[in-house]
Amino acid sequence: MSILSREIHTANEVSFDVTKTSRNYAARKRKGKIMEAVLFTAILLALIPLVLILFEVIRRGASAMDLEFLTSVQNISLIREGGGYLNGLFGTLYMVVIASVIAVPLGIATATYVVEYSDNKLVPLIQFFTDVMTGVPSIFVGLFIYTILVQNDGPLGGFSTLAGGMALSLLMIPIIARASEEVIRLVPDDLRNAAYGLGARRWQVVMQIVLPTANSGLITASMLAVARAAGETAPLLLTALGAFKIVPELLGRPQAALPLIIFNEARGPFEPAHARAWAGALELMLVVLLLTLIARAISRKTQS
Amino acid sequence: MTSDASAHQIPKGIKRGKSSVDSWFQFALALAGASVLFILAAMLISTTIKAWPVFMHSGWSFIYGTDWNPGISRTEITGTYGALSFILGTLITSGIALLIAVPLAIGCGLYLTNIVKPAISRPLSYAIDLLAAVPSVVYGLWGLLFFVPNFIRPLLKPIAEMVGGFIPFLGPPVVTFNYTTAGIVLAIMVLPIITAVTREVMSKTPLTEIQGAYALGSTRWEMVRDIVLPRARPGIIAATMLGLGRALGETVAVAMLIGGSERMPTTLFQGGQSMAGQIAITFQEASPENIKALLGIGVVLFVITVIVNMAARLVVWATGGRVVGDAAI
Repeated sequence: MSILSREIHTANEVSFDVTKTSRNYAARKRKGKIMEAVLFTAILLALIPLVLILFEVIRRGASAMDLEFLTSVQNISLIREGGGYLNGLFGTLYMVVIASVIAVPLGIATATYVVEYSDNKLVPLIQFFTDVMTGVPSIFVGLFIYTILVQNDGPLGGFSTLAGGMALSLLMIPIIARASEEVIRLVPDDLRNAAYGLGARRWQVVMQIVLPTANSGLITASMLAVARAAGETAPLLLTALGAFKIVPELLGRPQAALPLIIFNEARGPFEPAHARAWAGALELMLVVLLLTLIARAISRKTQS
Repeated sequence: MTSDASAHQIPKGIKRGKSSVDSWFQFALALAGASVLFILAAMLISTTIKAWPVFMHSGWSFIYGTDWNPGISRTEITGTYGALSFILGTLITSGIALLIAVPLAIGCGLYLTNIVKPAISRPLSYAIDLLAAVPSVVYGLWGLLFFVPNFIRPLLKPIAEMVGGFIPFLGPPVVTFNYTTAGIVLAIMVLPIITAVTREVMSKTPLTEIQGAYALGSTRWEMVRDIVLPRARPGIIAATMLGLGRALGETVAVAMLIGGSERMPTTLFQGGQSMAGQIAITFQEASPENIKALLGIGVVLFVITVIVNMAARLVVWATGGRVVGDAAI
């Protein structure tokens, strides 16, 4: 009934004035062409910044990126030349790994629950708030981790790699959950039914049929989130803080990150720091791009 | 959605033996799923508790007060905390961003779904999605060291100084780092999200209606205007709100371009500060009581963005779908 009334409704909305449309076809056609040109301009305007950003990052980044930049840690002075972002690259990868350890199982478990136990009353609520959580400002996530971890007087307290990783994981969970959900939904029901027919229990169906089938899609979903997390700056300002050296400790010492160093060096007025920031931006984009490309390649392999 | 989802369930009438592993497994998954709810609740509660002394001290003037003058106390609240200039800074930059990005996104969506062949629209869509993969600090860097010296300073600034005097809120003095600078870069950042969602709804226009319009003699543009656009309206509204949510919470790119002034806004070409920007820029040197106040700004920002996001998702759900695509999540 509701479908029927809706269709009638839209049919009423879309009413044509036949006398109007049949007049002066050439003029209308011309107007159409003009409007299509306007739409094309919108595409152009959207793509110009992309080209400009990629071009500038590659041009200025490549000219400042050398072996020294890739292999040495940060220069404490913003004014002097030399030094690199190795500490930042290390910290970024370190925190992303920690974030993944937390977020990947949680995100995939959430998605599995939402798809495989969709008869549960909790599911729409979880779906809705997963969506909402993707929109939580990243700086607020940083503030939250600051209040529960950094301000904590216990052994876990203070700015640390763990705090940064936790903040990134909270940003990754909803992304992984959403993307995995779409992947798990694609697993054909025939597979599930066949497994049930062979006497498998529900947990066996999920663990041995559904998740292995969706495997590469789940990797893609996780990579997407990792790529997003690797570029985050705001939450790390309040949790990892930044460091000039390579910090192998998980706890008790502030950690460096590529975006943090770029943020700090770009804001000053000094040319050597700016040059390094461009090289750092190129390095960060390459890390993000590499992860995204791996994700796309894996997902394409699954689809074929 | 419910019907095909429940197809995964075991058919009724078949009785299955109870397994304790099964119920534990379900419980573990339910716990993981519910963690999203716990985390969101914990976020709000934990930060609100820490910020509570400032809320008590300032009352509603935390939101409508114009004076931001942090004290240096470790234990009490001694300063004046009115965050209105930051709240307005966030709203102004986000408003400018949407004003630019929404028309562009609608144009891109229409062009990609209805004007151009899939063979061309697919790589173009991919390229626009790529804008979403650029980290925000790179936008900030690019804005600071390329966009401002090559566009704002030689072009926008002289034009604004010439024209702006006659129009309210656009008057001089025009500084280089201002609300508009941040808003324009923010527009580039939210464009892929809004485009992804509008493109999605526009591609779902029923073929019968498109063919009907052509059969009645419409040109392609008339078909787009009379069929695709009206049908996509709820989707466009939702996309706009999603973009707004993203723009409100954006931190570093805005912080690098907005100018960092704590004054109240009087024109669009003066320096200012956003809520997220104020937190990011002043946090590391803040006194304990100032940190409580910054947490307070965070709580206000969180509440605003969550309301905007919930409204956006509800609009999308009401029209029978969910937001999809990598760029949109």
